[in-house]
Amino acid sequence: MTTRMFGEPIQRREDPRLLAGRGRYLDDLGHGALAAAFVRSPHAHARVLDIDVTDALDVDGLVAIYTYEDLPERVADPLPLLIPHPALTHGRTGYPLANGIVRHVGEPVAMVVATDPYVAEDIVDLIQVNFEPLPAVVGIENAVRAERLVHDDVPGNVGAHLVQEVGDAPLAVDTAPHRLEFRLDIERSASTPLEGRGVYARPDASDGSIRVYSSTQTSTSVRFAIAAKLGLPATKVEVIAPDVGGGFGVKIVHPWPEEILVSWAARVLGREVKWAEDRREHFVSSAHERGQVQFVRVGFDDEGRVLGLDVRFLHDHGAYTPYGIIVPIITSTQLLGPYKVGAYRAEFTSLYTNTVIVTPYRGAGRPQGVFCMERTMDRIAEHLGRDRAEVRSANFIQPHEFPYDQGLVFQDGRPLIYDSGNYPEALEKVKEMIGWDEFPGRQEKAAAQGRRLGIGLACYVEGTGVGPYEGGHVQVDSAGRVHVSTGLTSQGQGHGTVFAQIVAEELGVPIDAVEVTTGDTRRFSYAVGTFASRAAVLSGNAIALACRRLREKALRIAGEALEADPGDLEIVDGIVRVVGNPRTAIPLRTVAVLANPLRYAFDEEAVRATQFARSSGDDGPPVPEDDEPGLEGRDYYSPVRSTFASGMHAAVVEVDPDTAEVRILRYAVVHDCGRMINPTIVEGQVHGGVAQGIAGALYERMAYDESGQLLNASFMDFLMPYATEIPRITTGHLETPSPLNPLGIKGAGEAGVIPVSAVIASAIEDAEGIRIARMPISPDELFWLRRRAETGEVERTGVVKSDRAP
Amino acid sequence: MKPPPFTYHSPSSVEETLDVLAETGTDGKVLAGGQSLIPLMNMRLAAPAHLIDINGAGGLDVLRTSDDGVRVGATVRQARVERDAEVFRVQPLLRWATGFVAHPVVRNRGTVVGSLAHADPAGELPAVLALLDGTIEVVSRGARRTVTGRDFFAGPLESSLEPDELAVSAFFPALPDRAGASFAEVARRHGDFAVCGAAGLVELDDDLRVAAARVAYVSVGPNPVVLDLTEACGHRSPGATDWTRAADAARGRLDPGADIHASAEYRRHLAGVLTARVLGEAGARAHGAAASGDGAHSGALR
Repeated sequence: MTTRMFGEPIQRREDPRLLAGRGRYLDDLGHGALAAAFVRSPHAHARVLDIDVTDALDVDGLVAIYTYEDLPERVADPLPLLIPHPALTHGRTGYPLANGIVRHVGEPVAMVVATDPYVAEDIVDLIQVNFEPLPAVVGIENAVRAERLVHDDVPGNVGAHLVQEVGDAPLAVDTAPHRLEFRLDIERSASTPLEGRGVYARPDASDGSIRVYSSTQTSTSVRFAIAAKLGLPATKVEVIAPDVGGGFGVKIVHPWPEEILVSWAARVLGREVKWAEDRREHFVSSAHERGQVQFVRVGFDDEGRVLGLDVRFLHDHGAYTPYGIIVPIITSTQLLGPYKVGAYRAEFTSLYTNTVIVTPYRGAGRPQGVFCMERTMDRIAEHLGRDRAEVRSANFIQPHEFPYDQGLVFQDGRPLIYDSGNYPEALEKVKEMIGWDEFPGRQEKAAAQGRRLGIGLACYVEGTGVGPYEGGHVQVDSAGRVHVSTGLTSQGQGHGTVFAQIVAEELGVPIDAVEVTTGDTRRFSYAVGTFASRAAVLSGNAIALACRRLREKALRIAGEALEADPGDLEIVDGIVRVVGNPRTAIPLRTVAVLANPLRYAFDEEAVRATQFARSSGDDGPPVPEDDEPGLEGRDYYSPVRSTFASGMHAAVVEVDPDTAEVRILRYAVVHDCGRMINPTIVEGQVHGGVAQGIAGALYERMAYDESGQLLNASFMDFLMPYATEIPRITTGHLETPSPLNPLGIKGAGEAGVIPVSAVIASAIEDAEGIRIARMPISPDELFWLRRRAETGEVERTGVVKSDRAP
Repeated sequence: MKPPPFTYHSPSSVEETLDVLAETGTDGKVLAGGQSLIPLMNMRLAAPAHLIDINGAGGLDVLRTSDDGVRVGATVRQARVERDAEVFRVQPLLRWATGFVAHPVVRNRGTVVGSLAHADPAGELPAVLALLDGTIEVVSRGARRTVTGRDFFAGPLESSLEPDELAVSAFFPALPDRAGASFAEVARRHGDFAVCGAAGLVELDDDLRVAAARVAYVSVGPNPVVLDLTEACGHRSPGATDWTRAADAARGRLDPGADIHASAEYRRHLAGVLTARVLGEAGARAHGAAASGDGAHSGALR
């Protein structure tokens, strides 16, 4: 029997190459290319009065300088609004180069092309732009006050306003036995991949085509966007994502101004042009996420069951809305988590500010929603004097209640129906892993030694694997190698391992014979992209379906060759054989030869497929009707709706009573993404996600000042944690298969990050006895919270005000 | 993040270095380990027209210890000072403080003297030099002078080095008998510049009572700040000393600033916390050293 591959914790096949420095990232390509660099706005809001390039013209190595006026039709148009929505009544996008006005620091104003990046940056410094600064709108509170506008024609700075509701939540809150009302704040962070964005364009004058390499999460869509902007048929544009050093959401946005401009300039100049973003540029000209202010009203009964939840929140979407309002939609729908609430109302207002655009970053609005819901659960527990886990348990959707319809519309425009899950079991498991029930004793013992410990818990449900579709193509060649391609891209997830596992399992071939290509439009041109924890669900299932087609064909051809019924055949270790009679066999590579009827024998193997070698028993055509030559399979998977993964995290923290530093002593995760293709890769995804979650809880923020300058646009001051800040994470798995797809899998990419701020806030609150309503939290902020708690300005926990309904 | 054009000089002797420095004047900048200068150049925050690489100048790679103290040449890497057993025997504070300088890979290239010449008030080594009353040996064509920390550190990222001068070595006096030292800091991430740091030195008299207690602070002002907190310690034995009184005294005398990582008030609070911690530990170490009678101290690499 072939060794089982699906579900095995095999090592990542990508690592030896990547760890040995043999990766080929964007800036490893095109050493002879011209270099592009950009003049970017130093102002958050300003009119561009004049651009003077005089000083730059004499510099050796200058090739071209472009401003908005130089751009032709289509290239000069506003960037596309990628995801329109009826509630996005005032969607606005920027231009590839500023058209008279800039709306955030870092917005591109002019493009320089020079012989190398050093000279290009020298020239950037010599271009004088005369700006007339305009008042900037920074921060949600200023945006909503709307004393100043980001866009003259957008009243109130409001881009979108959306209400979703199930039942009459305000009434349910008002009539509940208990009710609470409070405000929560979450600050900005960002995807911050270690490799920034980058584009390298190679025009081919001989056929008018262009090949573009981009550090992107969607090569197929970048291809269509570039083709549209340059007025080319898609057949003349190839887009390839090389090795990509992380994406985490920011690289799903497209086309970036630089993707269009570099491709356009390469064609105009007839030269290869490359741009590799630097770190400072990435901070001020890519995308951020997370910033929200939430106002919560909740009504509940004596058991802590939520009878009504009424959430109003303000979402900061930055200067433009190229990615629509996906983030706040996800917040408002995924907020409900594993719970069934009596009535629910979510209302959000999405606001313009003079800051970098906001688009999905791993978790994509879920961390904010989970923060809101889980802080609410903790408040309810505190109010009732009940155990925090018990209150959650009282609200869980039960295993027998699936599929469970939350009654809302999800980010894919489909109903929010949870397909499967087992929340009570996950809770029991995570409590056991963290030592929940024993903790009070531990906490007390530590307190006796002057140490402050706290424990926290949070739960989440994550809609994964959104459509519309992905495809897979699998081909066996005459050497027996299996070539797999799918259109979506890889940024380090381990697709080359997990997709190969699926193929090895489905086809019965050794995994070493399987080679996986992603993100190359030459190999697969129909795809959506890698985001929303969808690659394994969408491409994984598509590849499995493609394998099944290929397998059927292989068995048919082998059956003819072996004079056996295909139903009696199996494929083991790359050899098709009769079940129970393994000596009657034919290698898959030979089947591949036979699958391609030939006139010419180009090698020894091919002789078998030539027209006089085959004893044709019938008069049918060599390639039967409804068939194609070659041993290949292609198929697509298009889900009816998302599949819902879930999980629960718990942490023990220690807070320094003197310095207010927070240390995470233990961190436990229970994660359920259905059937796992590879538990090691799932754990790696969870660990990375938790690390980014801890970053967002304790370290990272975007320090904008009032004028819209980002004060921490470097890794010195933007505190992405090191390995030294991340604790050991223990991971437990549940596997509740999804009934929605053939493999029964759910996405795992984003999960780890989602509940971390909620968990850490809960644990710090438990340690300090001071209410935590704003994340991230720094030692400085905790120091001030303690001071204010001493003076009564900040609430301590456990101080219950009477809010029992009269 | 590419530096603007500059002329690279690689003099083969100290004399030649001094000639180049004299010629380039304010347009010249010395390159030793490059761990601060190169990032500044890449971010175009520094744009020296001439970069004078002293790594090939010869004679500057000398680390000499005697019972008086430790002399560190201009190209001696921080990692070497951190790991050198003799340096640790003579002045253990150097190892304890250097261990807080960024990360091992930075210390492998970064130099002690470069860190002093960079004069960053967030740097650990300037505080150590100031605490110990160390000196910097400065030469120019035909001249040589010895500068104390107080005179050397002129402000944030500003030293009293003249454009034609080269800091050739730094001298850190040995730990006195019946004395102990300690270093502590609070940083947002492991290896980051400290939000607040403190280097403490406690000396005991013949009766093993605190005769002197001094603390130098990191990141609380434009220069390393040294406070003499002897009075606040009350001339008791270390075990009987209430170090929080020294902490309160320090808080009252410091005037830290604010940045995006910490408010001035939090920094002042931390300075007090760290004062008590480093003096407490230095006091205990001094007591241990005095009790064992040979001035020896224990402590492994952090």
